[in-house]
Amino acid sequence: MTNENVTEMIRQPSFEQGGEGGYKRDFPILQQKIHGKSFVFLDSAASSQKPQCVIDALVHYYQQDHANVHRGVYELSERATKAYENARIKIQRFIRAAHAHEIIFVRGTTEAINLVAQSYGHAQFAKNDEIILSEMEHHSNIVPWQMLAEDLGLVLRVIPVLATGELDLTAYEKLFSSRTKIVAISHASNVLGTINPIQEMIKTAHAHAVPVLVDGAQALPHMPVDVRDLDCDFYTFSSHKAYGPTGIGVLYGKTALLEKMPPYQGGGSMIEHVSFAKTTYAKLPYKFEAGTPNIADAVAFAAAIDYLEKIGMQHVFAHEQALLNYATAKLTTIPGLRIIGTAKNKVGVISFVLDNIHPHDIGTILDHQGVAVRAGHHCAQPLMDRFNIPACVRASFGIYNSQEDVDALIAALLEVKRLFV
Amino acid sequence: MTAELRELYQEIIIDHGRHPRNFGVLPEANHHKEGFNPLCGDKIFMHVQEKNGVLEKIQFEGCGCAISMASASLMTEILRGKNFHEAEELFTAFHDLVTEGSASEKLGKLAVFGGVREFPARVKCATLAWHTLKAAITDDAKEVTTEETI
Repeated sequence: MTNENVTEMIRQPSFEQGGEGGYKRDFPILQQKIHGKSFVFLDSAASSQKPQCVIDALVHYYQQDHANVHRGVYELSERATKAYENARIKIQRFIRAAHAHEIIFVRGTTEAINLVAQSYGHAQFAKNDEIILSEMEHHSNIVPWQMLAEDLGLVLRVIPVLATGELDLTAYEKLFSSRTKIVAISHASNVLGTINPIQEMIKTAHAHAVPVLVDGAQALPHMPVDVRDLDCDFYTFSSHKAYGPTGIGVLYGKTALLEKMPPYQGGGSMIEHVSFAKTTYAKLPYKFEAGTPNIADAVAFAAAIDYLEKIGMQHVFAHEQALLNYATAKLTTIPGLRIIGTAKNKVGVISFVLDNIHPHDIGTILDHQGVAVRAGHHCAQPLMDRFNIPACVRASFGIYNSQEDVDALIAALLEVKRLFV
Repeated sequence: MTAELRELYQEIIIDHGRHPRNFGVLPEANHHKEGFNPLCGDKIFMHVQEKNGVLEKIQFEGCGCAISMASASLMTEILRGKNFHEAEELFTAFHDLVTEGSASEKLGKLAVFGGVREFPARVKCATLAWHTLKAAITDDAKEVTTEETI
């Protein structure tokens, strides 16, 4: 996509709620003042804000449709069941999965990865088997594997990150051995913004007959995702980073793999028949959804997907790419500012350090100018070590951000410099 | 720039944050302790040279925000020559200052940290050095962390 096309798309939003005031108008939380200033929210990579339609869907569900699912024979239980299962189908179509039963509802990306590590890992891995991860992983795609490794005596092999913030693919290919059992990598980095060439990486892994889990938390809200085209074996993401509620997320898995996996938790809903002698488990996806699920948040997540689809994921991507380019150019003009992560392909995430001013001081001063950014290690301590920094500041974009938000960030950073220099 | 910010980042804090005093190792030290703020990754190493209950010299190393570095720097200055009891009293007074804003006269220069009370998220930055020092002189074997158990 050329820059001209990108600009064109921003001038002519494909969705009626764009245009004057942009998508910000759809987000009530962004209408408030913070410390007397217009609120500029630049922390969508941590959690996005929610459009009114998602809030409405939650309210509507609890006001009109709530009952437990897959149980009652009465009207409301049927309505709730239908809303919950329709949410599953909507997500299936959104990520182009082959079947609705390949969509497992979980609490979020973290639980999805833990589910695969515990269920798939315990069933398939043995002592001295190897897992390939990357140096840029979020703690949620490191620690579950570390716990499993301690349990079973596995070895973690780590793909190094180059100075640009891209993965060292030559090193990656050399990490495979006959003992490699899974590759777990992020689609996009929450710190560097790097969009990893996962399609190519999946091909490499499959050539070694190794399945791949993709942490899609930072990619799914920002670009079109087609799990069949990627040919990934597992894909995980959270609703709350994609304009939906907290507490719900998805594990996508290929049917053949999910069927091989034992249940993750036991309880109601995940059984077919229970006796004290033997219990048989329910079919997919219910085998992995023990207990009453998070019905309301699944339904509201579907409303978030409706919202994204109305805008169009290509347009979402173009809008955020334009902001990324604009912000990168502007930030580069600030003396003493160093961007961490300069990969060619990035999502709308920019991490940086400024002179030797600590990120927390920057975060506090920005906050007082109404600009919310993340300051810290971003749950990626190994990556901080890689770049030899204790912490950094991160600005990340969502559909509601505009060039004015970037301008506010730049102005606030200049204030920081005035105070500290 | 808001008034709260100006009060938080007073010149003396910026100065000590950028150029911390008593920074570095202390070969004569007989108490050492590492303190950690897991939320932001700030780390501090406290080295204390103590004789007969008197803090003869304190040096520190580490990295962190202006508030935590300035707090450590000014603490090493004010505690020099104080005994354990006096140090304990100053810690209590300092803690009250950053959490409630009640300034005790004995705090002297440390009164510049009064602005911290408006920034609850930064109280841990201001107290990390003090917690670490306390653990160092009581030779507390426990790990020093700003995280409280619930």
